[in-house]
Amino acid sequence: MNIFTKAKGFWGTISLVVIFSVVTQFLINGGTLNSFYVNALFSIGINIILAASLHLIIGITGQFSIGHAGFLAVGAYISAIVTMKLGLPFPVAIVAAGVAAALAGLVIGIPTLRLRGDYLAIATLGFGEIVRIVFLNIDYVGGASGMTVTHLTTWPWLIACVVITILVIVNFTNSTHGRACISIRENEIAADAMGINTTLYKVMAFVIGAFFAGVAGALHAHNFYIIQPTNFGFLKSFDILILVVIGGLGSMSGSVIAAISLTIISTFLSNYPEVRMVIYSLVLIVMMLFRPQGLMGTKEISSFLKMGKSAKGGVQHDGKNTVA
Amino acid sequence: MEQFIQQLVNGVSLGSIYALIALGYTMVYGIVKLINFAHGDVFMVGAFIGFYSITILDLGFFPALLISMAACAIFGVLIERIAYKPLRNATRIAALITAIGVSLFIEYGTIYIRGAQPEAYPTGIVPLKSLEIFGVKISGQSILILAVSIFLMIVLQFIVHKTKIGKAMRAVSHDMDAAKLMGINVNNTISATFAIGSALAGAAGVVFGMYYTKIEPLMGIIPGLKAFVAAVLGGIGIIPGAMAGGLLLGVIEALVSAAGGSLWRDAVAFIVLILILIFRPAGLLGKNVREKV
Repeated sequence: MNIFTKAKGFWGTISLVVIFSVVTQFLINGGTLNSFYVNALFSIGINIILAASLHLIIGITGQFSIGHAGFLAVGAYISAIVTMKLGLPFPVAIVAAGVAAALAGLVIGIPTLRLRGDYLAIATLGFGEIVRIVFLNIDYVGGASGMTVTHLTTWPWLIACVVITILVIVNFTNSTHGRACISIRENEIAADAMGINTTLYKVMAFVIGAFFAGVAGALHAHNFYIIQPTNFGFLKSFDILILVVIGGLGSMSGSVIAAISLTIISTFLSNYPEVRMVIYSLVLIVMMLFRPQGLMGTKEISSFLKMGKSAKGGVQHDGKNTVA
Repeated sequence: MEQFIQQLVNGVSLGSIYALIALGYTMVYGIVKLINFAHGDVFMVGAFIGFYSITILDLGFFPALLISMAACAIFGVLIERIAYKPLRNATRIAALITAIGVSLFIEYGTIYIRGAQPEAYPTGIVPLKSLEIFGVKISGQSILILAVSIFLMIVLQFIVHKTKIGKAMRAVSHDMDAAKLMGINVNNTISATFAIGSALAGAAGVVFGMYYTKIEPLMGIIPGLKAFVAAVLGGIGIIPGAMAGGLLLGVIEALVSAAGGSLWRDAVAFIVLILILIFRPAGLLGKNVREKV
């Protein structure tokens, strides 16, 4: 716990979060917030975890993974099996979901992380699709019709998971390992030459990211009453990717802000799904054309992945850009 | 045995559609090093243009095919000029994300304009007879698909190897800066590449509609991804590789379906992709290029 508490503003942030969650809990219990807003709050929490976990893989380590919904699916299904089929309590399901997703991340990460850039993107996309099709074909989990899950995700669990996710990822980023990951993002060959075990760190970031995506999957499954393979297609992966990209690749606070604001926007547009996707895609294109670094990522992104071309200045990443 | 040959024929028909789409992927990747995610959606747009030309304009199959190819060529160039050209010197990931954005925009723009309901392709516009060779019945559509694809591939080979623009395309894909120094108009060459690739995708869309008779706005995603797998399988950036990869993938899928795994058919393509990326990332026909620091 010591390393967590050393971070600047740690106790202030924690107490703010506690006050916020207690107040929200009272509002939910008192019925001041109707179910529409409660659902939006839960979606925001889950999306924050997803964005933060993908931020570690794409933003910090620079591995362009677009199969994140695959880990979400693994977590959702494993947690649903644990609670619905085995009858174990919800916390066990959360941990089991994380561990299963992390194992999936390990299995897929070791071979594919040798690939770079586009090839890695396509391989992870393929992995996400394979996961979806596997669940589609297993009758034990309901096949295409999906699996009904009881509602177990409560506000305290959600807040606890969000806080733990952000704390672990921020601290990982600021640790020796996180610095190694950033060096891989900046220039993999140079990092290799400096004696950093690039494969180890890439797999490490991938596994941690997958773990939290699995946790998000557990929360997701026990929040939406039903899970179906079609919920975890690559559109879901793109949804998560959009959060990280718009927030700013390499900026944790950006990912969180994007997760909050885009979830709110999409909740209000949920009656017009086509409009939502048209707006999303336009925002994505316009963002890449005029502000490719995203909302928050300013200087840390200019040298991002420009291998051998970083004449504009070195790495500007510092932990102060991140929240919590 | 007959069953096997029947499946093989189906696989080749499906594979030639993949090959037509894969050609566009591989040409674009070869020249600008961009996975054009929107390519599968150009294929979808092509299918719809073909559909409307047949039903509303009352045209035959071949005029519809030509209109669809021409419209897709223009559409492809527009995409390139608006979305990709400003990003030519940006990071690869920025370009990739833009491509994803363009893809989503075309899909949901189409849904927004005309709704998500599928359309049934009119059948019987081309009088087709099925052939029987050695007791194996080959449907007229399979023969038509194969004939159209082979013809287009021959035309493509001719364009790439015998014309000036083809020479320019090969030069730019070899070394863009050197080509620029040699006085080649790189922008026009890239646009031409997009035009040709998109025209092939449009043709594939019409042919796909003929074969499967059902088209819908999200139909481009899966064939697009599989065609990309085919391009990687054959060696991305290599035109004969895309053809071979497409046919091979089609045959593999048909055989898996025949072996009783029709539900697993979609997974097979991606398993093939991951295996090829792990064991032979340069593709079947590709050469390994050593990375320079």
